[in-house]
Amino acid sequence: MEKLRAAVLGSGNIGTDLAIKLRQSPLLECSALIGRSLASTGLARAQAEGIPVSAAGVEHILGNPDAFDIVFDATSAAAHEEHAPLLEAAGMLVIDLTPARRGPLCVPSVNMDAVAGNLNINMVTCGGQASSPIAHALGETHDDIDYVEVVSSIASRSAGPATRRNLDEYIHTTEAALQFFSGARRTKAILNLNPAVPCINMQTTVFAKVRDPDVSAFTRRLEAMVQEIQRYIPGYEIIVAPKLDAGRIVTMVRVIGRGDYLPAYAGNLDIINCAAVAVAENYASRRLGDANTATPRLRVVP
Amino acid sequence: MTGRRILVSDPSLRDGNHAVRHQLTPAQVAEYCHRADAAGVPLVEVGHGNGLGASSLQLGEAAASDAELLGAAREALRTSQLGIHVIPGFATIDKDLKPALELGVDVFRVAAHCTEADLTERFITFARNAGRTAYGVLMMSHMASPEVLLEEARKMEAFGAEALIIMDSAGYYLPDDVRQRIRVLVDGLNIPVGFHAHNNLGCAMANSIVAVEEGADILDGCSRGFGAGAGNAQLEVMVPVLHRLGYETGIDLYKVLDLATFAEKEIMEVVPIISSTSVVSGLSGVFSGFLKPATRIANDYGVDARDIFFELGRRGIVAGQEDLILEVAQDLAGRKAG
Repeated sequence: MEKLRAAVLGSGNIGTDLAIKLRQSPLLECSALIGRSLASTGLARAQAEGIPVSAAGVEHILGNPDAFDIVFDATSAAAHEEHAPLLEAAGMLVIDLTPARRGPLCVPSVNMDAVAGNLNINMVTCGGQASSPIAHALGETHDDIDYVEVVSSIASRSAGPATRRNLDEYIHTTEAALQFFSGARRTKAILNLNPAVPCINMQTTVFAKVRDPDVSAFTRRLEAMVQEIQRYIPGYEIIVAPKLDAGRIVTMVRVIGRGDYLPAYAGNLDIINCAAVAVAENYASRRLGDANTATPRLRVVP
Repeated sequence: MTGRRILVSDPSLRDGNHAVRHQLTPAQVAEYCHRADAAGVPLVEVGHGNGLGASSLQLGEAAASDAELLGAAREALRTSQLGIHVIPGFATIDKDLKPALELGVDVFRVAAHCTEADLTERFITFARNAGRTAYGVLMMSHMASPEVLLEEARKMEAFGAEALIIMDSAGYYLPDDVRQRIRVLVDGLNIPVGFHAHNNLGCAMANSIVAVEEGADILDGCSRGFGAGAGNAQLEVMVPVLHRLGYETGIDLYKVLDLATFAEKEIMEVVPIISSTSVVSGLSGVFSGFLKPATRIANDYGVDARDIFFELGRRGIVAGQEDLILEVAQDLAGRKAG
């Protein structure tokens, strides 16, 4: 079966985990994991796994534009702003795993099809992927949401340099997604990096202030949503069911990863990477479906 | 050694906000600042207990905004500097630091958990580029070895921090723990080192003294210990003790004593004591600020708050993860029922 060819730009924790995950995809192949140094941990690991690597950065893609159909950008928000226009001009679908928020925000369980026509799709943040479906379920079951707050805790070891440098962008983008998906008037995002060893699992708590809270309707909607999410990220589960605590709605989820690159505690890698793969596969199935009746040479056009 | 100047910094109006569920008012801040300024306290820290931008359901919503509290303080402080505590991950430069700059904050104490110094780079750089003073603060410092703390502290120094404070956020340290860490930091850094105590195990003052003996130049002290959990080192005790040991602080004894009396009568709901739960909070190495939410949730679930603290400690939970109290309580209640 023919596959679309993907480049993963950025060989940090997210990019390397993503490249390894792509090996499981029936519709995508990782044609290159691209970093800046062949000696980096990520590129070394990918080489050991037999994944093609390059240390030439975005130039590797721009110099071989016919070799790739999709680019996953797992660099940083600032680097994405530089890469994206060049990649888009080359006609590639760019799936943005940085919090740059250049393209529309996408959470697969909520709006994958709605953003499918775009050339640049933003995968929000790890905390945003974990919490936006919850925020959306809240929005679907409540007319008047004053405030949604999301607190995510991740293991210190799962956060690489770019994640750390982009903490402010993480917060701003997560808050924008919460507002977009819930319709709340005000939102707040908090991220904790926990230094404990052994490492803590990724957890996300959502608090909400709503008028006329309907916990049971929200719970039913959320449970349906969680089943959707588990189709692409099986380690996503509710660990504190929705309840009223001190007058606010609270619920908590845990994300256990598949342990592809970092151990299973790093569910923060899985939640955004599995979402990105879901978006890319959705796109690939459309393109490959078309390809059977159209030209054999795939050329990605929005 | 004798005659050395110790910078005594007063975070009563920040750490103390934990003790009143972040309900400090601009009027209280103004009154307190006016008296602290008159007493010659060189640095007064103001804000939500968890610092700038931290008002939230997770940590407690503040009665007054950062801008209202800082504005009230700025107006009242003539010679004392105005400081803030800020944790990347709660606050951002655009939302919080830029407004704080406009409000005239002098000292930006940029904090991260003990192994997370690299999170502070942009904030420290921002404050320095704006011409303000920036300190690096390592919280929950008992979770890291002296060597790891030094490594993290050196990052902060490289980012431009002009002093380095370690916090005993859980009140876990005994004097020798402090001695080891401060010695390594003083030897390994070219910037002043400071210590922020909590009193869970009754060692706040002894630990502070040990810190200056080992070369620390900055100590945090709060009026009547007004701070999270069992409270901090008492400012009005620290000042005369330092004087008696031969250090200088520039702080007036009677006025700092009066400041503490004022705080007790006009600001504090209760003077911090080492409650039985606080002892366990210290022993388990859990952030002192968890005391109030853990006590409330333990009641709701009919479980023992001490069990919650030991379980949180076992998991290595840090300040900011208050949401896990609920999960642990639910888990304990389930085990009890099962």
